[in-house]
Amino acid sequence: MTATAHNPSAGCSAMLTPETLQKFDREIAKYPAGCQQSAIMACLALAQEELGWLSMETIEAVAGYLAMPPIAAYEIATFYAMYNLKPVGRYKLTVCTNLPCALSGGVHAAEYLKEKLGIGFNETTPDGKFTLQEGECMGTCGDAPVMLVNNRRMCGRMTPDAIDALLKECQA
Amino acid sequence: MSILGAINPVLTAGLSGDDGWHLQAYVARGGYEALKSILAKKESSEKIIAEVKASVLRGRGGAGFPTGLKWSFMPHAVQGDRYIICNTDEGEPGTFKDRDLIRYNPHAVIEGMAIAAYAIEANRGYNYIHGEIWELYQRFEEALEEARAAGFIGQNILKSGFSFELFAHHGYGAYICGEETALLESIEGKKGQPRFKPPFPASFGLYGKPTTVNNTETLASIPFIIKMGGEAFMNLGKPNNGGTKLFSVSGHVNRPGNYEVPLGTPFAKLLEMCGGMRGGRKLKAVIPGGSSAPVLPADLIMDCTLDYDSIGKAGSMLGSGAVIVMDETTCMVKALERLSRFYHEESCGQCTPCREGTGWLYDIVRRIEAGEGRVDDLDTLEYIAGNICGRTICALGEAAAFPVQSFVKHFWDEFIYHIQHKTCLVPKDVQWAGSGFHRLVEEA
Amino acid sequence: MLEIEINGKKAEVPEGSTVIEAAQLSGVYIPHFCYHKKLSIAASCRMCLVEVEKSARPLPACATPVTNGMKVFTHSALAVKAQQSVMEFLLINHPLDCPVCDQGGECLLQDVAVGYGSAKSCFAEKKHVTKGKNAGSLISMREMSRCIHCTRCVRFGEEIAGIMELGMAYRSAHSEITTFLGRAIESELSGNLTDVCPVGALTSKPFRYTARSWELTSHRSISPHDSIGANITVQTRAGRVMRVLPHENEAVNECWLSDKDRFSYTALHTEERLTKPMLKQGGEWREVSWNDALDYVAHGLKDIAASAGNDALAALAAPWASVEELYLLQKLMRGLGSDNVDCRPRRRDFSLDGKHAGATWLGMKIADLRHLESVLVVGSFLHKDHPLLTQRLRHAVQKHHAEINILSVTDEDPKLALHTRQTVRPSELLYALAAVVREAAKIKGVSMPELASVPENESARKIATSLMNAGSKAVLLGHVAEQADTAGLLHQLGLRLAELTGANFGFLGEAANSVGGQLLGLGEKAKMNAHQMFANPRQAYFLFGLEPELDVANPVKTVAALKAAKMVVLATPFKHAPALQYADALLPLAAFTETSGTYVNIEGCAQSFAGAASPSGESRPGWKILRVLANALDLPGFAFESSEEVLREAWREAGVKVDAEGYVSGLDNKLTHAPELKLPSSAQLREGELERIADVPIYMTDPTVRRAAPLQETPASASPKARASAATLKKLGLAAEDAVVVRQDGGEARLTLALDEGVPEGCLRVAAGHPATSALGGMFAPISVERA
Repeated sequence: MTATAHNPSAGCSAMLTPETLQKFDREIAKYPAGCQQSAIMACLALAQEELGWLSMETIEAVAGYLAMPPIAAYEIATFYAMYNLKPVGRYKLTVCTNLPCALSGGVHAAEYLKEKLGIGFNETTPDGKFTLQEGECMGTCGDAPVMLVNNRRMCGRMTPDAIDALLKECQA
Repeated sequence: MSILGAINPVLTAGLSGDDGWHLQAYVARGGYEALKSILAKKESSEKIIAEVKASVLRGRGGAGFPTGLKWSFMPHAVQGDRYIICNTDEGEPGTFKDRDLIRYNPHAVIEGMAIAAYAIEANRGYNYIHGEIWELYQRFEEALEEARAAGFIGQNILKSGFSFELFAHHGYGAYICGEETALLESIEGKKGQPRFKPPFPASFGLYGKPTTVNNTETLASIPFIIKMGGEAFMNLGKPNNGGTKLFSVSGHVNRPGNYEVPLGTPFAKLLEMCGGMRGGRKLKAVIPGGSSAPVLPADLIMDCTLDYDSIGKAGSMLGSGAVIVMDETTCMVKALERLSRFYHEESCGQCTPCREGTGWLYDIVRRIEAGEGRVDDLDTLEYIAGNICGRTICALGEAAAFPVQSFVKHFWDEFIYHIQHKTCLVPKDVQWAGSGFHRLVEEA
Repeated sequence: MLEIEINGKKAEVPEGSTVIEAAQLSGVYIPHFCYHKKLSIAASCRMCLVEVEKSARPLPACATPVTNGMKVFTHSALAVKAQQSVMEFLLINHPLDCPVCDQGGECLLQDVAVGYGSAKSCFAEKKHVTKGKNAGSLISMREMSRCIHCTRCVRFGEEIAGIMELGMAYRSAHSEITTFLGRAIESELSGNLTDVCPVGALTSKPFRYTARSWELTSHRSISPHDSIGANITVQTRAGRVMRVLPHENEAVNECWLSDKDRFSYTALHTEERLTKPMLKQGGEWREVSWNDALDYVAHGLKDIAASAGNDALAALAAPWASVEELYLLQKLMRGLGSDNVDCRPRRRDFSLDGKHAGATWLGMKIADLRHLESVLVVGSFLHKDHPLLTQRLRHAVQKHHAEINILSVTDEDPKLALHTRQTVRPSELLYALAAVVREAAKIKGVSMPELASVPENESARKIATSLMNAGSKAVLLGHVAEQADTAGLLHQLGLRLAELTGANFGFLGEAANSVGGQLLGLGEKAKMNAHQMFANPRQAYFLFGLEPELDVANPVKTVAALKAAKMVVLATPFKHAPALQYADALLPLAAFTETSGTYVNIEGCAQSFAGAASPSGESRPGWKILRVLANALDLPGFAFESSEEVLREAWREAGVKVDAEGYVSGLDNKLTHAPELKLPSSAQLREGELERIADVPIYMTDPTVRRAAPLQETPASASPKARASAATLKKLGLAAEDAVVVRQDGGEARLTLALDEGVPEGCLRVAAGHPATSALGGMFAPISVERA
């Protein structure tokens, strides 16, 4: 038995800022008492937002914070596609290549990005700036082709010019 | 603004610009009047449910189950927490209507949830929002703050004695969480794996408590139904297909986007509202209700009206109202390959026919697409799809099987061509041109 | 009752039955994988799809509740087609490695594939491959491609073991069962994973590749490692034990085993087995014949009796010795004129000897533990000492929201949701229990002036209220309570509490045959008990089946007495190295799988077993050794032909009746003439002293498990540290990871300090039963510590 077993938040406070932990608590408060596990998705997302990706240590610490077994948190981190289980570049670009997007150039947009960045899917540019991912439907098919930047910012109508502009903005 | 057109709009009426989502603007449009009047009159649950039944509002998430009936399943006299859940986990390829409701009219969703909560005696609610539309999750949180500050949600709403706490919960990349019991599991902090039913959520829902899950558009319709009366709402559409509905149009049209039209509107009319086919090309096929609905060739869909019955008769489903339009530049093998990949990746992995079957389907379709198909593959696809259907815990099995069955059925010759010639019937450059992603084509 | 028709045959089944249960009741087999009668329903493998009248789709029999008049068809075209297709789906990514798979021959997937699958498949794609995983020394997860994702293992962890160590990560066909970070599985019930896994994905690591299931001969036996006497199937090949499996017995172990029951067999063929009698002659150990050995022992005992008096002889047996062995040992010693025989080596308080109304026991049936609504466990390392009894309580919590209250000396998580936990110093256990009794009396309106001075506390109130309000309830005493120096008073208080609250009162039980020993009057009717025979050193000791450094309450005093004795005889299955210093004769004892005998478990069930394998080398069953030794001593009445004869005489002599189901008479936790309930004032420690809290680590509880290598490689077997809370460490001016010397009774041990907030202030937790601490004294006695 380690000290953390008695102080489950210790792992998180060593790893995350008090602001992030405050956000954890805000999420936990959304659910009835004793149902804090409900906040796991939000807390993992917040931890990822701060640290860029979820290491096993982070997953275990967040699990400890919510008093759930680490393997249960690991199930969550691997089941939901938006968690980064490996370090990613500063900008993670997720391109939708599903049918509605593909009909409007989603696959070609991905090809274009691969060529521009010189990387394939699930790879990161050598300068650590970009990671490219193939995504599934983001519920924005009307604006195809679409891509999601760092899980947060949705970019639609990504014509070659729009892609060039986005890359330029990120390079700045 | 990606709500591009409407006929007799209800949900999107009066929406303009990017600020119209705020509480003040919503109230100016007559928002929260329905909730206020119900609370003031201390309306009975039965009366509200009867009104919703009269509207013939059917679940807008895809299944089309009558909303009033669903509400009436909530057990009476069960102590403790009861839940109303809004399903904004919109991830069915082709569907992007709920996103716009959250973006432009979030308070209609909040008011609808509060009324629903009152009717089914729920004291807590969650809106489960697709993780990819993060900016709108944040907007909904802001709208909740506005509603809370104005006393439309929270304890003792408008001093009526009715209390209802409402929160937003976000997904993080799992299509299956759109299935209502998977969504409940996900809120409980587990993997989104659908539950075996029965028991249904009404008796064993979130945290094992009585729960009703409704789609965003369904709930957003509620305040309008209460205001205009169930019958008036019903009359906007046609019998058994009450009201207006949002249609998300994507693919090869000039103006892809959301359109609110009365149920029963001819498909041709919607196509016209979308500015017709991109580049004036010929319509090849349409998936009329989200990617899991069977595809319909041009001649079949052009005869349909947009309602549950007409589309059903043509052999597909109205589903979520996501209309994926494909023109003659589309390779149907490639199109199916995209969909099969999706259902394979999104299977929750829980039950055998779906976990194994979706992978097997994708392997074969991918092989055909790559020019390594065999003629007997088409029979195998049909065999696998048939073995998935009706044998899984949730409908994702069928969602994966229907496209395969319908693509192969309606475009058999194109698949045979692809297998025999080891390449697409539609030349690659024509496909590229059709996508509108021009520059690569020029460089090629 | 509901009426159901299965394949045209009508049957009546209880309300709430599922179709698969109804089918089982009517003798119809429905193929299944994810369904397991002891686990929650997943309905995910879809193998049990059957046709139900009025349903267009086949339904999963495991999850479909029976409705009155329901008609089910398990072999209709609809059902068969569904079953065949599911079988095909399950096999498309399953490696066809049956010839090299450990599960081959006892694989559910193989069996069902033959019975319900189709001979052909049109699958022609690449099979999915899943990487193997690490899971520790007991469970092999090397071939995870065989996994069919039934999640029985995940549900087992959550529901039976009470700890989720396995999960199914990722989704779709990428789903894979894994531990977190490949950590070793720690549950003390982990071996059951190999039984619940229907395929060859989770297999027994020690058994892997050692034998094929069809080469094995099965023998029923009883596990000697804890108080329930788990029913086991010992499987042998050519007379050698190859593995141990559970033998299903709903009354005792259900279909489960603890890991020590399952894996202790790995100690049976180690280098340390004593295979020949040995004598120390002229300071040299020599292997000798049985004749020579017994001759020597007989002469030695007789000579000492003659010269120093009969009372100079004493015998101490392990509480896991069989009824037959204990009876013969007692009879032999009495034949030599000595009444100094005991089998309670860890006890310290014998004040109630002679006052027991009967043998102490659980006070109820094991199977009824799951129906309890409120329980108070006093002084126990619950899940470590009683893995399967704890599982019953876990069931009570999960299924019926039972309130489990624990009053003990450390705060280990028994992996079940607790209602109340109070952790106190060993010396305070008495007062903490007294406070609960006082609260119960208060609620009941009973005056108890003798407890007036006991301080009140909130936990005591909560516990008393919980017991008072519950319908079915129990107060259960564990090892710490039985081995306390105030054991008698704790017993009395427990009885009082049970009387006040209407709860059952009982004991969780120290060892496999603690009840049997009491029924024979061993120790209780002795002249010198297990404490006295070493406090007043004797000249000759006969030790049976135990290892003094590790199995007694105070090794320092015991070993000192042994070293001073003229003669020490040790009957043991293992060459116990420390004994080579002070013993004069080592008699090779057959191991538990190699002998016949009887254990009386904690619910009073006498469970007899026969030998499953031939004794290793020249070792012999204990009852035979004692019989032949008695013959060598010319003692009358030892002409037994079989262990059954010994048992009959033992029960006759002890006045014990055994009913048709095997339950014995003579059990009673009450006291015949209870002494006055008077609490002593709490003992004061000297300056610089701490109270020792000694658990016996789970795989250190007897000579056999101590030598089971796979169990010794588990995290639970890590070398013990000296554990204390931050406050205690601060007071001592020491820190975690400091190297320290701890001292007791003139003995010392060098250990590393560890921070453990579960140890009450003023206490130091130092495990007993371990070579690293065997030079120390009493398990719950004062201890000193200083920097090394």
